[in-house]
Amino acid sequence: MAKPIVATTALASCFGCHMSLLDIDDRILELIELVDFNKSPVDDIKKFTQMCDIGIIEGGCANSENVHVLKEFRKNCKILISLGECAIMGGLPAMRNDIPVEECLAEAYLNGPSTKNSNTEKILPNDAELPCILDKVYPCHEIVKIDYFLPGCPPRADLIWNALVALVTGDEMKLPYEVIKFD
Amino acid sequence: MSEKIKFTIDGKECFADKGKNIVEAAKANGIYIPTLCHLEGIEAAGSCRICNVKINGKFMTACTTEVADGIIVENNTPEIQELRKIIVETLFVSGNHYCAVCEKSGNCDLQALAYRYKMLVPRFPFEFEKKEVDAYSSKLYLDRNRCILCKRCVRSIKTKDGKSIFAIKGRGYKAMINIDYELANKMTEEEARKAMDTCPVGCIIRKEIGYITPIGQRKYDKKPIGSEIEEPVTK
Repeated sequence: MAKPIVATTALASCFGCHMSLLDIDDRILELIELVDFNKSPVDDIKKFTQMCDIGIIEGGCANSENVHVLKEFRKNCKILISLGECAIMGGLPAMRNDIPVEECLAEAYLNGPSTKNSNTEKILPNDAELPCILDKVYPCHEIVKIDYFLPGCPPRADLIWNALVALVTGDEMKLPYEVIKFD
Repeated sequence: MSEKIKFTIDGKECFADKGKNIVEAAKANGIYIPTLCHLEGIEAAGSCRICNVKINGKFMTACTTEVADGIIVENNTPEIQELRKIIVETLFVSGNHYCAVCEKSGNCDLQALAYRYKMLVPRFPFEFEKKEVDAYSSKLYLDRNRCILCKRCVRSIKTKDGKSIFAIKGRGYKAMINIDYELANKMTEEEARKAMDTCPVGCIIRKEIGYITPIGQRKYDKKPIGSEIEEPVTK
């Protein structure tokens, strides 16, 4: 049987979940025996080159580009996993969700300590090339169907490892108490 | 010696003193019934519903129901576990619970219950409702994003002459916890600590001591909530 193919991405997030993946330490050698990687920051493949078995999503959707990438993943992956608090509930980026976007932009570009004296023309970024910021940060499963959820900030390396091994081998996933944490 | 009452929980024969509520009676028999609004020593409110059990086939809150002779209590059935998980999930979506930045994380009863019931994601949409933080008193601040309106603090944190330091303002959807600055500023460090410990979530937080316990040594890092009550065989 061919090796299952994994794709990963980081949307509105800090990349910490991908770092936690590296915390599986020397098991990474076992992992590359078990799976092949396609589009992912790990191997720097920018575009899907084939249908993938498992897509791992870090981060929620804060702008139009995040939504675009997430939908691409849904189209090109048989199974999608929300990895970490940001993908699951918006995480720290979602702390802006009770503040109107206009106020957020004003704080960042007009009234913030580093911009209030330098941005004299009061310019807000508004170029067709730039992704459009969304009204709030959305959890991934509110945009597309997500099959599995691995919580944590970041998710424990053992949780990621157990999930990938369970998916690849078809065995039931081990969920000991210590691996489910939200911080 | 007080009168002993005989009853069963999930088929196990239990004994308790007359007058005890079912949460306490279960605890005396090594059985954990989760609570969020209820706290031993204060009058039960029965508002959070997490302690729901079936008594003779009917759903009732264990904290407000007195133990009675011969009752049949269902506690750890799949149906009740699922119901409790749903309650935890509704609390997670109706507040703004950013565990990663909360000083109470690891010591939080709500979070610990989510761990116990293996909540990986709430099944309901997140509300992201705007809630105000109140940091005007000197020793404590209130982060209403995390408040579950259990009223533990309202019912149990009082001044020496019996005045309430906390109160709920507004009703229904607009209800929110408030603190009396004048009385709160007179609290001793010990009283402030008690207030923070009383809060089952991270709403009442002591100032200037955040993240004092390292990850790995906090209350619920290694052991699930309730494991201190349960007998080793049922862990």
